[in-house]
Amino acid sequence: MDLELILRVYPFFLEAAWVTIELSVLTAILGLTCGALGAAARMSRMSLFRGIGAAYVSVFRGTPALIQIFILYFGGPQIGIQLDSFSAGTIALGVNIGAYMTETIRGAIISVDRGQTEAARTLGMSRWETMRKVVLPQAARMMIRPLGVNINALIKGTALVAPISVIELTYTAQRFIGSTYKPFEMFLLSGILYMAIIYVVGQGISWLDRRAQIT
Amino acid sequence: MTEYAFVTIKNAAKSYGALEVLKDINLTVQRGQIVAIIGPSGSGKSTLLRAINELDPLTSGEVWLEDVQINRKLPFRQYEAHVNQVRQDIGMVFQHFNLFPHLTVRGNITLAPRMLKGLTEAEADTLAEEQLAKVGLSEKIDEYPSRLSGGQKQRVAIARALAMKPKVMLFDEATSALDPELVEEVNLVMKQLAEEHMTMIIVTHEMDFAASVCDRVLFMDQGVVVEEGPPSVIFQNPKHERTQNFLRKHLNR
Ligand SMILES: Nc1ncnc2c1ncn2[C@@H]1O[C@H](COP(=O)(O)OP(=O)(O)OP(=O)(O)O)[C@@H](O)[C@H]1O
Ligand SMILES: [Mg+2]
Repeated sequence: MDLELILRVYPFFLEAAWVTIELSVLTAILGLTCGALGAAARMSRMSLFRGIGAAYVSVFRGTPALIQIFILYFGGPQIGIQLDSFSAGTIALGVNIGAYMTETIRGAIISVDRGQTEAARTLGMSRWETMRKVVLPQAARMMIRPLGVNINALIKGTALVAPISVIELTYTAQRFIGSTYKPFEMFLLSGILYMAIIYVVGQGISWLDRRAQIT
Repeated sequence: MTEYAFVTIKNAAKSYGALEVLKDINLTVQRGQIVAIIGPSGSGKSTLLRAINELDPLTSGEVWLEDVQINRKLPFRQYEAHVNQVRQDIGMVFQHFNLFPHLTVRGNITLAPRMLKGLTEAEADTLAEEQLAKVGLSEKIDEYPSRLSGGQKQRVAIARALAMKPKVMLFDEATSALDPELVEEVNLVMKQLAEEHMTMIIVTHEMDFAASVCDRVLFMDQGVVVEEGPPSVIFQNPKHERTQNFLRKHLNR
């Protein structure tokens, strides 16, 4: 193993890790937003919205994320959508993980006992008041862990933007392999940095989950 | 002046697909009256009770609370506003308590009054204290439901319903999920409500309780009211064979 090489290139990898973190954070925010909207649509009273929600989930879970990224980045300009690679990658990944998060959020909401809704409605609370004050606070606790799983997948999924030349961890490793011919060291370095990011995020999610279960 | 009956159910029918769960039920409950509904499992007792507050709307027929029809056919938004309003007058207690686990006892009792009646925090606190004192649980005000016994949970659930100052209370097997030694404390609270002349409709499997507290007993079977009358008649002198058979199984004599 070429330690000297690693010491020479690691600042570039740290910068790339920062890009991976940025991608992850933006993707997570977009994904959670899409997930919340998707879950609301899937559980809407109106069949049109339920249909849209179901179509969203099945399209984005039913095709490879890489294809979704390619369609947006390479295919986009053909239909008048011109995005830089970072934006295209973030949007495609965010909308993709949002489909998974839709199901996570919906699953947590429907796992709240029906009796909770009945009790609140019986007192005279409206659908929305019941959702906001009774169902969502309970569902929120139950969705922390599964959303954590989605976020873990999302961080690893950011590697999929390497082919459209976003200078994140995977792309950076590939770029240095081109000049150094040392794939073992380069991928190892990327891998370690991914693991560090995932470890920290995982700890944060465990902490949130513990806090939520206290009461 | 018209004397309105408190609760009126006219020609109530309910089906789930081909299954007729309620068949042409008529029932009038007067102000301050306490009615027990008994009958075998699956006879439609819960369905009837839950039709009163539109949890399980009827397929046909009418439900009235005083001069307000509860099950009005209205466009969605108006219907929602209407049921949200009328449900405030109808308290309901469930077999499995359905307390809100993420809220303290205080939070459980004050949530709806604060949201729906615009009580201030201080007013809501006073209300919670009053209602808890009534069910004998003042010291539990800051506990979470998970730390209460079944009997205590059900008493909090009753306090929560009473905090809306309902005109009528519905009980769906309020003590069926309780260990035998916890049943009495809940029955006591219900008896106390009876003494205050709360109008109550009580679905129960406890014949002794029905006999001692209720003014009238309805025996239901297969979606119809087979027989009704004062407890002395229903329990000592039932006319119908179906009632006799049911009571033979449920009264140990
Ligand atoms: N959502 C539903 N869909 C289909 N059938 C239902 C539904 N709810 C109730 N039923 C049926 O309606 C009938 C009456 O049920 P209900 O719960 O009112 O009986 P019950 O008298 O309360 O019985 P128990 O003493 O067991 O509580 C039963 O045959 C039940 O299977
Ligand atoms: Mg029942």
